[in-house]
Amino acid sequence: MAKIKGAIVIDVERCKGCELCMDSCPTDVIRMEKKVNGKGYHYAYMENPENCTGCINCALVCPDAVITVYRKKFED
Amino acid sequence: MEKENLRLDEIIREENIVFHKTSLLTDKVFSYCPGCGHGVVHRVIMEIIEELGIQSDTIGISPVGCSVFAYDFMNIDMQQAAHGRAPAVATGIKRCWPEKYVFTYQGDGDLAAIGTSETIHACNRGENIAIFFINNGIYGMTGGQMAPTTLSGMKSSTTPYGRDTMLMGNPIKMTELVATLPGTYFVTRQAVHTALYVRKFKKAARMAFENQKLKKGLSFIEVVSNCNSGWKMSPLQANRWMEENMLAFYPPGDIKINGELIKKT
Repeated sequence: MAKIKGAIVIDVERCKGCELCMDSCPTDVIRMEKKVNGKGYHYAYMENPENCTGCINCALVCPDAVITVYRKKFED
Repeated sequence: MEKENLRLDEIIREENIVFHKTSLLTDKVFSYCPGCGHGVVHRVIMEIIEELGIQSDTIGISPVGCSVFAYDFMNIDMQQAAHGRAPAVATGIKRCWPEKYVFTYQGDGDLAAIGTSETIHACNRGENIAIFFINNGIYGMTGGQMAPTTLSGMKSSTTPYGRDTMLMGNPIKMTELVATLPGTYFVTRQAVHTALYVRKFKKAARMAFENQKLKKGLSFIEVVSNCNSGWKMSPLQANRWMEENMLAFYPPGDIKINGELIKKT
Protein backbone atom coordinates (compact mmCIF):
# COMPACT_ATOMS: atom_id res chain seq x y z
CA MET A 1 0.00 0.00 0.00
CA ALA A 2 1.24 3.45 -0.82
CA LYS A 3 2.19 5.41 2.24
CA ILE A 4 2.61 9.14 2.52
CA LYS A 5 5.51 10.16 4.72
CA GLY A 6 6.48 13.61 5.75
CA ALA A 7 9.35 15.34 7.43
CA ILE A 8 10.05 18.80 8.75
CA VAL A 9 13.27 20.75 8.93
CA ILE A 10 13.53 23.49 11.53
CA ASP A 11 15.70 26.54 11.19
CA VAL A 12 17.11 26.13 14.68
CA GLU A 13 18.63 29.58 15.05
CA ARG A 14 15.37 31.38 14.12
CA CYS A 15 13.10 29.20 16.31
CA LYS A 16 11.79 31.00 19.39
CA GLY A 17 10.40 27.94 21.17
CA CYS A 18 6.79 29.13 21.40
CA GLU A 19 5.51 25.50 21.22
CA LEU A 20 2.60 26.38 18.91
CA CYS A 21 3.79 23.77 16.38
CA MET A 22 3.86 21.12 19.09
CA ASP A 23 0.25 21.94 19.96
CA SER A 24 -0.93 21.99 16.35
CA CYS A 25 0.62 18.66 15.33
CA PRO A 26 -2.17 16.05 14.94
CA THR A 27 0.24 13.08 15.07
CA ASP A 28 2.35 14.19 18.05
CA VAL A 29 5.63 14.41 16.15
CA ILE A 30 7.16 17.59 17.55
CA ARG A 31 8.82 18.13 20.92
CA MET A 32 11.01 20.88 22.30
CA GLU A 33 14.73 20.16 22.54
CA LYS A 34 16.35 20.33 26.01
CA LYS A 35 19.30 22.16 24.50
CA VAL A 36 18.96 25.82 23.57
CA ASN A 37 19.89 27.73 20.44
CA GLY A 38 22.08 30.83 20.20
CA LYS A 39 19.32 33.04 21.57
CA GLY A 40 18.60 30.75 24.53
CA TYR A 41 15.32 29.30 23.27
CA HIS A 42 14.41 25.60 23.42
CA TYR A 43 13.89 24.81 19.76
CA ALA A 44 11.51 22.33 18.16
CA TYR A 45 12.62 18.96 16.75
CA MET A 46 11.04 15.75 15.45
CA GLU A 47 10.67 13.29 18.34
CA ASN A 48 8.58 10.78 16.39
CA PRO A 49 9.59 11.27 12.74
CA GLU A 50 7.87 8.03 11.67
CA ASN A 51 4.43 9.57 12.46
CA CYS A 52 4.85 12.68 10.34
CA THR A 53 2.44 12.90 7.41
CA GLY A 54 3.59 16.27 6.08
CA CYS A 55 0.21 17.93 6.77
CA ILE A 56 1.90 21.40 7.11
CA ASN A 57 -0.22 22.36 10.16
CA CYS A 58 2.93 23.18 12.15
CA ALA A 59 4.31 25.37 9.36
CA LEU A 60 1.01 27.25 9.04
CA VAL A 61 0.88 28.26 12.69
CA CYS A 62 4.62 28.96 13.05
CA PRO A 63 4.91 32.70 13.71
CA ASP A 64 8.55 32.81 12.64
CA ALA A 65 8.29 30.79 9.43
CA VAL A 66 11.11 28.46 10.53
CA ILE A 67 9.54 25.18 9.39
CA THR A 68 10.07 23.66 5.95
CA VAL A 69 7.84 20.67 5.22
CA TYR A 70 8.64 17.76 2.90
CA ARG A 71 6.23 15.05 1.75
CA LYS A 72 6.82 11.90 -0.27
CA LYS A 73 4.70 8.95 -1.39
CA PHE A 74 6.28 5.51 -0.80
CA GLU A 75 5.10 2.45 -2.73
CA ASP A 76 5.52 -0.61 -0.52
CA MET B 1 16.52 3.49 13.39
CA GLU B 2 18.95 3.22 10.50
CA LYS B 3 16.08 2.50 8.12
CA GLU B 4 14.26 5.53 9.47
CA ASN B 5 17.27 7.74 8.83
CA LEU B 6 17.48 6.41 5.30
CA ARG B 7 13.84 7.28 4.79
CA LEU B 8 14.35 10.81 6.11
CA ASP B 9 17.19 11.26 3.64
CA GLU B 10 14.82 10.20 0.91
CA ILE B 11 12.05 12.56 2.06
CA ILE B 12 14.15 15.63 2.75
CA ARG B 13 14.93 16.53 -0.82
CA GLU B 14 14.19 19.67 -2.75
CA GLU B 15 11.62 18.04 -5.05
CA ASN B 16 9.50 16.97 -2.04
CA ILE B 17 9.07 20.43 -0.50
CA VAL B 18 5.42 21.20 0.18
CA PHE B 19 5.89 24.24 2.39
CA HIS B 20 8.75 26.67 2.79
CA LYS B 21 9.24 30.25 3.89
CA THR B 22 8.21 32.61 1.11
CA SER B 23 11.00 34.54 -0.58
CA LEU B 24 9.08 37.79 0.02
CA LEU B 25 10.00 37.64 3.69
CA THR B 26 13.52 38.88 4.28
CA ASP B 27 16.06 36.81 6.18
CA LYS B 28 15.85 39.15 9.13
CA VAL B 29 14.56 37.44 12.28
CA PHE B 30 11.18 38.83 13.38
CA SER B 31 11.45 41.22 16.31
CA TYR B 32 8.20 39.85 17.79
CA CYS B 33 7.82 37.82 20.97
CA PRO B 34 7.63 34.01 20.72
CA GLY B 35 4.14 32.96 19.61
CA CYS B 36 3.03 36.41 18.40
CA GLY B 37 0.36 36.45 15.70
CA HIS B 38 2.12 39.22 13.74
CA GLY B 39 4.57 36.73 12.24
CA VAL B 40 1.81 34.55 10.81
CA VAL B 41 -0.05 37.54 9.36
CA HIS B 42 3.15 38.88 7.78
CA ARG B 43 3.87 35.51 6.24
CA VAL B 44 0.36 34.95 4.87
CA ILE B 45 0.19 38.42 3.28
CA MET B 46 3.57 37.87 1.63
CA GLU B 47 2.56 34.39 0.44
CA ILE B 48 -0.48 35.87 -1.30
CA ILE B 49 1.54 38.62 -2.95
CA GLU B 50 3.95 35.96 -4.18
CA GLU B 51 1.14 33.73 -5.46
CA LEU B 52 -0.55 36.61 -7.28
CA GLY B 53 2.84 37.70 -8.65
CA ILE B 54 2.36 41.35 -7.69
CA GLN B 55 5.56 41.94 -5.73
CA SER B 56 6.61 44.95 -7.80
CA ASP B 57 3.07 46.40 -7.87
CA THR B 58 2.32 46.31 -4.17
CA ILE B 59 2.90 49.09 -1.67
CA GLY B 60 2.40 48.44 2.02
CA ILE B 61 1.96 51.02 4.75
CA SER B 62 3.52 50.07 8.06
CA PRO B 63 2.02 51.48 11.24
CA VAL B 64 3.28 52.52 14.64
CA GLY B 65 3.31 49.73 17.19
CA CYS B 66 5.09 46.39 17.44
CA SER B 67 4.76 45.95 13.67
CA VAL B 68 6.47 49.27 12.95
CA PHE B 69 9.40 47.29 11.52
CA ALA B 70 7.17 45.48 9.02
CA TYR B 71 9.17 47.20 6.28
CA ASP B 72 12.27 45.34 7.47
CA PHE B 73 10.59 41.95 7.08
CA MET B 74 8.43 42.40 4.00
CA ASN B 75 10.45 42.42 0.81
CA ILE B 76 8.17 44.84 -1.05
CA ASP B 77 7.85 48.63 -1.27
CA MET B 78 6.76 49.98 2.09
CA GLN B 79 5.96 53.40 3.45
CA GLN B 80 5.94 54.31 7.12
CA ALA B 81 3.03 56.45 8.32
CA ALA B 82 2.56 58.54 11.43
CA HIS B 83 0.62 56.91 14.24
CA GLY B 84 -2.88 56.07 13.01
CA ARG B 85 -2.52 57.86 9.68
CA ALA B 86 -1.87 54.80 7.53
CA PRO B 87 -5.29 54.90 5.75
CA ALA B 88 -4.71 58.56 4.84
CA VAL B 89 -1.23 57.80 3.46
CA ALA B 90 -2.63 54.77 1.61
CA THR B 91 -5.34 56.99 0.09
CA GLY B 92 -2.70 59.34 -1.27
CA ILE B 93 -0.57 56.53 -2.70
CA LYS B 94 -3.56 54.77 -4.27
CA ARG B 95 -4.81 57.99 -5.89
CA CYS B 96 -1.37 58.70 -7.36
CA TRP B 97 -0.97 55.11 -8.61
CA PRO B 98 -4.47 53.65 -9.09
CA GLU B 99 -3.02 50.51 -10.68
CA LYS B 100 -0.87 49.58 -7.66
CA TYR B 101 -2.06 47.31 -4.88
CA VAL B 102 -2.01 49.20 -1.59
CA PHE B 103 -2.53 47.78 1.86
CA THR B 104 -2.15 49.11 5.38
CA TYR B 105 -1.11 46.97 8.33
CA GLN B 106 -2.28 48.35 11.66
CA GLY B 107 -2.70 47.35 15.26
CA ASP B 108 -5.62 48.20 17.49
CA GLY B 109 -3.91 51.11 19.24
CA ASP B 110 -3.09 52.53 15.82
CA LEU B 111 -6.36 51.91 13.99
CA ALA B 112 -8.95 51.98 16.75
CA ALA B 113 -7.57 54.72 19.00
CA ILE B 114 -5.48 57.47 17.43
CA GLY B 115 -6.45 56.62 13.85
CA THR B 116 -10.21 56.17 14.26
CA SER B 117 -11.01 59.25 12.23
CA GLU B 118 -8.69 58.36 9.33
CA THR B 119 -10.00 54.81 9.32
CA ILE B 120 -13.66 55.76 9.31
CA HIS B 121 -13.26 58.40 6.63
CA ALA B 122 -11.15 56.17 4.38
CA CYS B 123 -13.79 53.46 4.75
CA ASN B 124 -16.61 55.90 4.11
CA ARG B 125 -14.94 57.31 0.99
CA GLY B 126 -14.52 53.76 -0.27
CA GLU B 127 -10.86 53.99 -1.19
CA ASN B 128 -9.70 50.93 -3.14
CA ILE B 129 -7.23 49.75 -0.53
CA ALA B 130 -6.99 46.86 1.89
CA ILE B 131 -6.72 47.41 5.63
CA PHE B 132 -5.31 44.66 7.85
CA PHE B 133 -6.28 45.32 11.44
CA ILE B 134 -4.48 43.24 14.08
CA ASN B 135 -6.54 43.30 17.26
CA ASN B 136 -4.90 41.98 20.42
CA GLY B 137 -6.89 44.04 22.90
CA ILE B 138 -4.03 46.07 24.39
CA TYR B 139 -1.15 48.37 23.50
CA GLY B 140 1.45 45.62 23.19
CA MET B 141 4.56 47.62 22.32
CA THR B 142 4.38 50.20 25.11
CA GLY B 143 3.83 47.70 27.92
CA GLY B 144 0.29 46.35 27.75
CA GLN B 145 -1.83 49.39 28.57
CA MET B 146 -5.61 49.41 28.07
CA ALA B 147 -6.70 50.04 24.48
CA PRO B 148 -10.17 50.90 23.16
CA THR B 149 -10.53 47.23 22.22
CA THR B 150 -9.69 45.86 25.69
CA LEU B 151 -12.48 43.53 26.79
CA SER B 152 -14.72 44.33 29.72
CA GLY B 153 -13.06 42.92 32.84
CA MET B 154 -9.78 42.25 31.02
CA LYS B 155 -6.62 42.97 32.98
CA SER B 156 -3.97 45.22 31.50
CA SER B 157 -1.13 47.20 33.03
CA THR B 158 -3.34 50.29 33.43
CA THR B 159 -6.42 48.29 34.50
CA PRO B 160 -4.91 45.84 37.01
CA TYR B 161 -8.35 44.97 38.43
CA GLY B 162 -9.92 44.52 35.01
CA ARG B 163 -11.58 47.06 32.72
CA ASP B 164 -14.59 48.61 34.46
CA THR B 165 -16.96 49.64 31.69
CA MET B 166 -18.84 52.04 34.02
CA LEU B 167 -15.65 54.03 34.46
CA MET B 168 -13.67 53.37 31.30
CA GLY B 169 -16.32 52.88 28.66
CA ASN B 170 -17.07 49.95 26.41
CA PRO B 171 -14.74 48.08 24.05
CA ILE B 172 -15.20 49.16 20.44
CA LYS B 173 -15.99 46.77 17.60
CA MET B 174 -14.33 48.58 14.71
CA THR B 175 -15.13 45.91 12.18
CA GLU B 176 -18.89 46.01 12.77
CA LEU B 177 -18.68 49.80 12.76
CA VAL B 178 -16.99 50.13 9.37
CA ALA B 179 -19.24 47.43 7.89
CA THR B 180 -22.18 49.80 8.20
CA LEU B 181 -20.43 52.44 6.05
CA PRO B 182 -21.34 52.44 2.33
CA GLY B 183 -17.71 52.62 1.14
CA THR B 184 -16.63 49.20 2.39
CA TYR B 185 -16.88 46.29 -0.03
CA PHE B 186 -15.51 43.37 1.96
CA VAL B 187 -15.39 43.29 5.76
CA THR B 188 -14.39 40.23 7.71
CA ARG B 189 -12.93 39.11 11.02
CA GLN B 190 -10.40 36.30 11.19
CA ALA B 191 -7.89 34.74 13.58
CA VAL B 192 -4.53 33.02 13.08
CA HIS B 193 -4.00 30.83 16.15
CA THR B 194 -4.75 27.43 14.56
CA ALA B 195 -4.03 25.95 11.14
CA LEU B 196 -7.74 26.06 10.23
CA TYR B 197 -8.02 29.77 10.99
CA VAL B 198 -4.78 30.50 9.12
CA ARG B 199 -6.24 28.82 6.02
CA LYS B 200 -9.44 30.89 6.34
CA PHE B 201 -7.46 34.08 6.86
CA LYS B 202 -5.43 33.33 3.75
CA LYS B 203 -8.60 33.08 1.66
CA ALA B 204 -9.88 36.36 3.06
CA ALA B 205 -6.56 38.14 2.50
CA ARG B 206 -6.44 36.91 -1.10
CA MET B 207 -9.93 38.34 -1.63
CA ALA B 208 -8.77 41.70 -0.24
CA PHE B 209 -6.07 41.93 -2.91
CA GLU B 210 -8.30 40.66 -5.71
CA ASN B 211 -11.01 43.18 -4.77
CA GLN B 212 -8.62 46.04 -5.49
CA LYS B 213 -8.86 45.21 -9.18
CA LEU B 214 -12.66 45.63 -9.09
CA LYS B 215 -12.42 49.20 -7.74
CA LYS B 216 -15.63 48.85 -5.78
CA GLY B 217 -14.46 49.83 -2.33
CA LEU B 218 -12.35 49.09 0.65
CA SER B 219 -11.51 45.67 2.06
CA PHE B 220 -11.20 45.55 5.83
CA ILE B 221 -9.79 42.47 7.53
CA GLU B 222 -9.60 42.26 11.29
CA VAL B 223 -7.34 39.57 12.72
CA VAL B 224 -7.99 38.76 16.36
CA SER B 225 -4.53 38.03 17.69
CA ASN B 226 -2.74 37.35 20.93
CA CYS B 227 -0.22 39.31 22.96
CA ASN B 228 1.25 36.77 25.31
CA SER B 229 3.82 39.19 26.78
CA GLY B 230 1.20 41.86 27.43
CA TRP B 231 -1.33 39.39 28.75
CA LYS B 232 1.40 37.79 30.93
CA MET B 233 0.75 34.26 29.67
CA SER B 234 2.64 31.56 27.79
CA PRO B 235 1.92 31.44 24.03
CA LEU B 236 -0.31 28.38 24.39
CA GLN B 237 -2.19 29.81 27.37
CA ALA B 238 -2.65 33.09 25.53
CA ASN B 239 -4.16 31.30 22.53
CA ARG B 240 -6.57 29.37 24.76
CA TRP B 241 -7.52 32.54 26.62
CA MET B 242 -8.05 34.30 23.30
CA GLU B 243 -10.31 31.53 22.04
CA GLU B 244 -12.45 31.62 25.18
CA ASN B 245 -12.66 35.38 25.72
CA MET B 246 -11.58 37.40 22.69
CA LEU B 247 -13.35 35.24 20.10
CA ALA B 248 -16.51 35.25 22.22
CA PHE B 249 -16.69 39.04 22.03
CA TYR B 250 -15.12 39.38 18.57
CA PRO B 251 -16.65 36.39 16.73
CA PRO B 252 -14.72 35.42 13.58
CA GLY B 253 -16.54 35.36 10.26
CA ASP B 254 -17.49 37.49 7.28
CA ILE B 255 -19.57 40.58 8.03
CA LYS B 256 -19.88 42.13 4.58
CA ILE B 257 -19.23 40.47 1.22
CA ASN B 258 -19.50 42.19 -2.17
CA GLY B 259 -20.88 45.29 -0.48
CA GLU B 260 -23.78 43.40 1.13
CA LEU B 261 -24.10 42.99 4.90
CA ILE B 262 -24.51 39.38 5.93
CA LYS B 263 -27.62 38.96 8.02
CA LYS B 264 -27.15 36.81 11.08
CA THR B 265 -30.00 34.39 11.69
